[in-house]
Amino acid sequence: MAHAFFGGVHPNDMKAATNEKAIQQLPPPAEVVIPMSMHFGAPCTPIVKVGDHVKVGQKIGEFRGLGAPIHASISGTVKAVEPRPYSMGGSMMAVVIENDFQEELSEEVVAPADPDALTVEEMVEIVKNAGIVGMGGATFPTHVKISGGIGKVDTVLINGAECEPYLTDDHRMMLERPEEIIGGATYLARMFGVDNVIIGVEDNKQNGIDMLNKVIAAKHAPVRVQPLHCRYPQGGEKQLCQAITGKQVPPGGLPSNIGCAVFNINTTSAIFRAITKGMPMISRTMTVAGSGVVEPKNLEVPIGTPISHVFDACGGLKEGTYKLIMGGPMMGMAQYTADVPVGKGTGAMLAFCDKEEQTVEHPQCIRCGKCVAVCPVHLEPLFMYQYAEKGMVDELNEANIMDCMECGACAYACPARMHLTQMFKTGKQLVKDKAAADKAAAEARKAAEEAKAAEKEAVTK
Amino acid sequence: MTDYKNLKLIATSNPHIRGSETTRSIMLDVIVAMVPALVWAIFMFGMKALTLTAVSVIACMFFEWLYRKVMKKPQSVGDLSAVVTGMLLAFVSPVNIPYWMIIIGDFFAIVVVKQLFGGIGKNFVNPALAGRAFLVGSYAGAMTTWLDPAKCKAPLIGSAEIVASATPMAYLKNGDLAGLKEAYSIGEVFLGQHGGSLGEVSALLLIIGGVYLIWRKVINWQTPVAYIGTVAVLSFLFPKAGTGLEWMLYSVFSGGLLLGAFFMATDYATSPVTKKGQLIFGIGCGLFTVFIRYFGSYNEGVCYSIMVMNCCTALIDKYTKPTRFGIVKSDKKEAAAK
Repeated sequence: MAHAFFGGVHPNDMKAATNEKAIQQLPPPAEVVIPMSMHFGAPCTPIVKVGDHVKVGQKIGEFRGLGAPIHASISGTVKAVEPRPYSMGGSMMAVVIENDFQEELSEEVVAPADPDALTVEEMVEIVKNAGIVGMGGATFPTHVKISGGIGKVDTVLINGAECEPYLTDDHRMMLERPEEIIGGATYLARMFGVDNVIIGVEDNKQNGIDMLNKVIAAKHAPVRVQPLHCRYPQGGEKQLCQAITGKQVPPGGLPSNIGCAVFNINTTSAIFRAITKGMPMISRTMTVAGSGVVEPKNLEVPIGTPISHVFDACGGLKEGTYKLIMGGPMMGMAQYTADVPVGKGTGAMLAFCDKEEQTVEHPQCIRCGKCVAVCPVHLEPLFMYQYAEKGMVDELNEANIMDCMECGACAYACPARMHLTQMFKTGKQLVKDKAAADKAAAEARKAAEEAKAAEKEAVTK
Repeated sequence: MTDYKNLKLIATSNPHIRGSETTRSIMLDVIVAMVPALVWAIFMFGMKALTLTAVSVIACMFFEWLYRKVMKKPQSVGDLSAVVTGMLLAFVSPVNIPYWMIIIGDFFAIVVVKQLFGGIGKNFVNPALAGRAFLVGSYAGAMTTWLDPAKCKAPLIGSAEIVASATPMAYLKNGDLAGLKEAYSIGEVFLGQHGGSLGEVSALLLIIGGVYLIWRKVINWQTPVAYIGTVAVLSFLFPKAGTGLEWMLYSVFSGGLLLGAFFMATDYATSPVTKKGQLIFGIGCGLFTVFIRYFGSYNEGVCYSIMVMNCCTALIDKYTKPTRFGIVKSDKKEAAAK
């Protein structure tokens, strides 16, 4: 039985280019650039300096507050600690390591003697020290999600929807490393104290579903696979919750508000590797595809590998490549340089050289309402666009623009090819700026009043 | 190897792919859906049906092009919406009107109703219907004289002697069901062998066109079903003569109801954006149509009922906003209880 969520679109999945290609190990790069921000939260502080020798898995960045530590993905010498271009635009403090090709494993990487005897606290600690973050792209620190959800969560969901076109690395993980996924899911069940973990998989990956079921049966794991009808953005956290449980996450809330916690398939297998082998998050699988890539592939890539090196491993780029996208075509970020490195949340690198970019010069809304019909969070993009264009902040707030998750479904469906998602990023910023300005003004007013009162007091004295 | 330093990259916002549908492809679908009715009109009324439609289309495209050119606005004639307006205005006019008359209607529709409000998507009443209303007001005689297709075809140029016919709508207005049945069987009305506006006569072909639009997801079923359903139910319950069923069938298949329900009331710019709103809109159109047919001074109420509802669209949109994601019904009740 396949479930559904509200709205959504159904793009051509373009997965045939890579869904039968096994994950290959990327040849080690000569140098990695590891940005200190690969997670949701404040950037890490580098704890190595230029000239230091580092080994694979050695911690090189320490986090404060909300975050996750960062580890060296290769062994070698620290060449620079300086800001470098990174995938979110602009630059970010990064540790640059020159590869010595020795692949020396750090002494810090220690496998627990008996993983099955670990307590919940010990497991969460391992996940934290391994630097695991959500690998679906949101990069929320996994240990925070787990410790914050224990006690509240009764349904643990594993996200294997992989609803973005082109992406097949989750699918390949199901086929090639199902034991890691099922093992990780089993540990999650133990951490949350639930007896059932549900893996949601879209039904265009039937062999992946079969493979997971086979391993579940063999291991008698407390895991169940839920096939889902293909539809974007099913892999959105809130949409997956809705598709599987029928419940809606309240506005501004988290899945834990409705008793759910969602983990990506790659994250789940990273949890397994951390708990069984002590291996921190130093590499990830990713799909390299798109019309601009000579030979599309699935690769396992050390974190920090420059994307130019990744493309080179796929035969390089075709003439006329005009767009490099980190992530999927619906939500990924277009990059302005090939110098940016692969981060923990980089599930794909796409290069376009064909006619994917379908813009028109003077888009005019025709009010067809298709954006309203496809919006998975029940917004009315056509009206929000008008408000944002005219800077009507109060109306934007009333239209619940902050609920927008920028999934791009409206812009995809728009026959007039309006730049909806782009306008909502602007609109959300307007709302945030206004809120900040209001707050500052209120504080200034309060301070002025206090000063006045003090003055008055001084006069009366 | 690739020269990564000299890539010419564009870094625009997501999404980086788009669906295949465009404004132009949608308009093309609407045009395709109207072709069967046009072919039938040529068969019934003569080549004038084709030439009148062609003149109307060319005039609409010309006025659209000219306005955008003169006002130095980006050219929009390529989106084909002017073609649809031109076809629709011809469809709701009697075949025998002179060419200059429809050109005046085209001017009013494109320039006054559509472009002065900002062009496609910005007008608040359907341009073709407004054009028709303007012509009916200005040339009431010509706009309400219907040719009897069984007796003569329309001449290509000039208006020759007209053999006027009473349309089914005139019989219905007078409650003369017996006379109507004698003049046209329900089958003849369904196929379109009676007098009427150029494109409205064949119920069968309009339904085929409408179903095509729903199948192509150009329109939602909500508006036409609510509209036609409302008229059908009211006609069935309150027949002026004969049995409810007979009265209902004649009421639904004659006049401009099907053309209006599938092609006019579904106009994106002038109808609500949510499916719930479209249901309300359709029901409203149905109510006004029946009221005008029963109590108004015109025989037919489709044109004015849709225009009245066009004016209510903003209101309907305001009160049919989707429920915020994450707010379920029980939450609402709790909030109300507090």
